[in-house]
Amino acid sequence: MSKKRILTTSMGDQTLRLLTLLMAVSVLVLMAWMGWQMFDAARLSIQKFGLSFITNRVWDPVKEQFGALPFIYGTLVTSLLALLLAAPIGLGVAIFLNEMAESKFRAVVGFLVEMLAAIPSVVYGLWGIFVLAPWLRETVEPGLAKWLGFIPLFQGTPVGFGMLAGGLILAVMILPTIAAISREVMAAVPNMQREAALALGATKWEMIRVAVLPYAKSGIMGGIMLGLGRALGETMAVTMVIGNRPDILPSLFAPAYSMAAVIANEFTEATYDLYLSALVEIGLILFGITLVLNFFARLLVWSVARGPKGGNVV
Amino acid sequence: MFRKKRRLLAHVLTAVLMLSFVGCGEKNSGTLTSQGQAETVSLTGSGSSFVYPLLNQQIEEYRKGNSNITINYQSSGSGAGIKQVSEQTIDFGATDGPMTDEQLKSTKGGQLLHIPLTLGAVAVTYNVPNAPKELKIGPTVLADIFLGKITNWNDQQIANDNPGVSLPDSKITVAHRSDGSGTTYIFSDYLSSISPEWLSKVGKGTSLNWPAGLGGKGNAGVAGVIQQTSGSIGYLELAYATQNNLSYAMMKNKEGKWVPPSLQTTAAAAAAATIPDDMRVSIVNAPGADAYPIAGFSWALIYKDQTDKAKGTALVNFINWSIHDGQALSEGLHYAKLPASLVSREEEMLKSITFQGEPLIK
Repeated sequence: MSKKRILTTSMGDQTLRLLTLLMAVSVLVLMAWMGWQMFDAARLSIQKFGLSFITNRVWDPVKEQFGALPFIYGTLVTSLLALLLAAPIGLGVAIFLNEMAESKFRAVVGFLVEMLAAIPSVVYGLWGIFVLAPWLRETVEPGLAKWLGFIPLFQGTPVGFGMLAGGLILAVMILPTIAAISREVMAAVPNMQREAALALGATKWEMIRVAVLPYAKSGIMGGIMLGLGRALGETMAVTMVIGNRPDILPSLFAPAYSMAAVIANEFTEATYDLYLSALVEIGLILFGITLVLNFFARLLVWSVARGPKGGNVV
Repeated sequence: MFRKKRRLLAHVLTAVLMLSFVGCGEKNSGTLTSQGQAETVSLTGSGSSFVYPLLNQQIEEYRKGNSNITINYQSSGSGAGIKQVSEQTIDFGATDGPMTDEQLKSTKGGQLLHIPLTLGAVAVTYNVPNAPKELKIGPTVLADIFLGKITNWNDQQIANDNPGVSLPDSKITVAHRSDGSGTTYIFSDYLSSISPEWLSKVGKGTSLNWPAGLGGKGNAGVAGVIQQTSGSIGYLELAYATQNNLSYAMMKNKEGKWVPPSLQTTAAAAAAATIPDDMRVSIVNAPGADAYPIAGFSWALIYKDQTDKAKGTALVNFINWSIHDGQALSEGLHYAKLPASLVSREEEMLKSITFQGEPLIK
């Protein structure tokens, strides 16, 4: 069948093939070009600081000292925190909507959850300043300090603005991505799977665990990774609540800084070439981290997808 | 079917080609109108976001009498303004911090002039429960708070300046701008001028390595942190602080007088300061009994030798209008007026701007 098609390709098909190929290649070219441009613009800083740029903790534009470590740390920790909070909740939302909820309820709640993705990030940021940060300072952080204060993560004065606020706001922002994608892939699980599990006497939870989740796991992973991508690059909402302090402190209550935020904050007033170059190098590192993480995510999805489709026997 | 597809493809291709031509066309038309037709002139400027509201209003007003002149000013930040004017991609720049000697040497179009457009002041605002509206904060106390050395509102040094006021036992949270800003430049310029420790540890600039506190994005971000955090202190553009009804502190000026920030005290600082011929001057901690100590100029950056007669004339005329009649718009927008003595000196400066050796206005 397929051989026959190739033999009889028409002129139109060939043009289409060429056009779509061009489009596919243009994405690669664009990426390579962006990487090269960024590398070129960051050259001054790369030559001056070398690897110490990544390990240095001081960011002082007045004394021309630039180190990216606090920003890398801030981005990774807030994103990880967001993922830890949003992945289980997003998955729970998807399971509930798909497997448990009444169909009317499902449509309404599903719509509302997806609406979260449509809210502009600056609005999240404002909400963060006026609602989330005061709530964290007055209620959550003192509570955490009281009950879990023996862990360094939850020590220090509650300020509201800081790593915890950044992670929480990111969690809210990536929740709809994770929930919506997980829901879609779960909806794609054939009903036969569920019926078979139920027919064997499985409870609802067993049915979900044995028949639905294993079938959908690669898609769910993909959704989580998309969420992670959004968290790594998010700028506006984070910079409004994270406290913007390039420091590495063990406490989640302490102010921190992220890579995207420092670029957005300081780019317009970067008055000399080395400064501008250092900011571009941070952009380059962010670009690199996103690529590497995506690569590992792909690898993970690929290895998961190759595993057995069905679950273990209960 | 087949023919239809091909026709569609042809349409798509022509559309793509046409779009790319339109793109090229737009690029050319800009230079054509400014050179080909003598009457209409379009000027592009970029830089300081602090002067943007004033400049924008001035441009609108100016165009009422000069509809042939279009002026497009983008508030891209002082750093971007300096960069673009140095590379001659715009007709004029605007900045809140003067260019350094080094930066002035590397301009593409020769000598750049600094022409003061307006004046700004930075107010120190705070949110302390039960504190009076105009708390007095002395210079060293302010520096020590921002250095992270004074950490509680009940500190004896704060109490010394405010007899009869009881301040709570509350931790001080310092808030500063996280985005690069002329406001930060003026504020750190002031701290550097009164505290040797600040000068050596931190210095002055549009972005700093802050020894304490947390950063908010923009005036709004800092105001948000201050309003939401009990025990906080920060700095804001005066206009922003007054418009939002925040309490601001009185500062001790060079003469030892306590002065609140206002348009009058800011203008007094400019009037009392000694201003050099190139106008690149810091007026923080200016002398004069009424002078508010945390103030600074915003300058237009204009090349002394203009390369286009029509554009150059239009630019010089507009700036001349801006420092004279245009100042009438200042106070309504919470900017201080340029002192008269300075305006006449600026006028001389504008007269020195030439096209091929000929001055553009007389």
